[in-house]
Amino acid sequence: MKALLELSNVGMKFDTPKGQFEALKDVNLKIESGEFVSLIGHSGCGKSTVLNIVAGLLQATDGGVILDKQEVTEPGPERAVVFQNHSLLPWLSAFENVELAVKQVFKKTKSKAEIRDWVEHNLELVHMAHAMHKKPDEISGGMKQRVGIARALAMQPQVLLMDEPFGALDALTRAHLQDSLMEIHAQLGTTVIMITHDVDEAVLLSDRIVMMTNGPSATIGEILDVKLPRPRDRLALADDPTFVRCRQQVLQFLYEKQRKVEPMPKRNSANTERVRKRA
Amino acid sequence: MVTLTFPTWMEPYRALATGKMSGEQWQALLRQLIWPVLGIAAFLLLWQLAAQRIDTSLGQFPGPSQVWEQAGSLLDEHQASRAKEAAFHERQEKYIASRLAQQPEWEPVYRSYTGAPTFFDQIGTSLITVMSGFLLASMIAIPLGIFIGLSSTAHAAMNPLIQLFKPVSPLAWLPLVTMVVSAVYVTDDPLVAKSFLTSMFTVSLCCLWPTLMNTAVGVTSVSQDLTNVSRVLRLNAMSHVRKIVLPSALPMMFTGLRLSLGIAWMVLIAAEMLAQNPGLGKFVWDEFQNGSSQSLGRIMVAVIVIGLIGFLLDRLMLMLQRALVWDKSSVQR
Repeated sequence: MKALLELSNVGMKFDTPKGQFEALKDVNLKIESGEFVSLIGHSGCGKSTVLNIVAGLLQATDGGVILDKQEVTEPGPERAVVFQNHSLLPWLSAFENVELAVKQVFKKTKSKAEIRDWVEHNLELVHMAHAMHKKPDEISGGMKQRVGIARALAMQPQVLLMDEPFGALDALTRAHLQDSLMEIHAQLGTTVIMITHDVDEAVLLSDRIVMMTNGPSATIGEILDVKLPRPRDRLALADDPTFVRCRQQVLQFLYEKQRKVEPMPKRNSANTERVRKRA
Repeated sequence: MVTLTFPTWMEPYRALATGKMSGEQWQALLRQLIWPVLGIAAFLLLWQLAAQRIDTSLGQFPGPSQVWEQAGSLLDEHQASRAKEAAFHERQEKYIASRLAQQPEWEPVYRSYTGAPTFFDQIGTSLITVMSGFLLASMIAIPLGIFIGLSSTAHAAMNPLIQLFKPVSPLAWLPLVTMVVSAVYVTDDPLVAKSFLTSMFTVSLCCLWPTLMNTAVGVTSVSQDLTNVSRVLRLNAMSHVRKIVLPSALPMMFTGLRLSLGIAWMVLIAAEMLAQNPGLGKFVWDEFQNGSSQSLGRIMVAVIVIGLIGFLLDRLMLMLQRALVWDKSSVQR
């Protein structure tokens, strides 16, 4: 079977005042239609760079990305992005935010009534129908992210790109949104690439987990197939041997093989307590 | 059953009326009413005391009571002038009617009343002039600001010029504007007076900078995330500006507009004084030249009215900003 999305020898070099910095090197990945793939790795390893190259927001300096026989050269709605910090337009209501995207993508093919129905349908899909006329300021972080997902889904993308979509949310809200995302993925069969820091999240949601080595010159270290039947239930999985093994493998990769060595924060005196958050 | 809801600032008064004042409400009453009133009273007292000690060539410097008197007389003059004008029009109507009765083929000639503008007419002229100048400045500054904000090349090209012209005083522009207006605006049937145009252009030149700068900054600081959304949606340049850039920049733009209007009003008085545009500035100048014993009192009335109108214009912009801007936290007092 031919892959829907193919990254071949993708490399990325940035020019810095100190000379060239190679962020990514030889990233090769094939993704089938309907697959749910997670990218995991330590911060600064270039996960977001990979996603932005697929989105077309960045141009790879080496290699390239092919989606459905077409090379990716610019951003477009067929590769919709769910941004980490929701990126809703604060002056528009949830409905209007989704509507902006729908009008842009379907203005030639859908009538006014169809556009409205499609916007409402997508907001229902993420369980936001009850608050669709509220502004982003008036809804919680989790709800904003739901609207962000609705906006991306409403474009009917070939690939849904999610950049740490639940990173800024509390654990409970995150679990709710993960369940919603699994539900949507089962219902629509969308191809998804998601960046995450969260090992449990990666194992719970993905068909494959792509583990990245540390930069500079980061690349794909290992790829893990998660052979868990769907639909998946987070409670039942908690002591499922396959789940536990997958989780173990990802943790081993991250903390043994790719242990991130960060200098410890210096403490010059006993009374200055500095707690540095490790991202 | 009708329930009346009071705005929060009215709470202390309601409590006072019902005889139930809490300590906090006393505090609020002090802050809102009693301290400001005491402040004004102290100012009036100091003014009175100081005025008694200042002797000018036009007599003693006017204290609050003389100024109040002059305000009354300005109002009386205005009413008297209006009555005269009404009488003039009545006489004219009568004359035309009686002449038409004798000579039906006669083409009636209507003349307008040519009395001197009163203080209140001058306030009206000043408001019209300041608004025209402000609108003209906004019409130039907003599009230009968007352009400069979007293009770093344009920003680099224009920034030195903006920095150079921004601090220039209206008094420096005025002679140039006057000469240019006289040279360019040549017509036998002028729609508006040259002095009006001179004042208006001077106001525009001086007040367009805050709007220009703030619009440019607002446009430059559109969040990268929203720009990315626009790129993913493939919005064309026009929709990008309309749907993403303009709404993002609107709070900053309004801050600029408010500053601009404040400057416009300050500049206007100076411009009118020198351009002899029949507004408040000319009123002050004429009174100064007139040099009667009442002049200083009348100028002081103008000073207070100028302050009051400036304050009201600012409140007006604030209300507009509150109504139109999505980001309520950007609206300062």
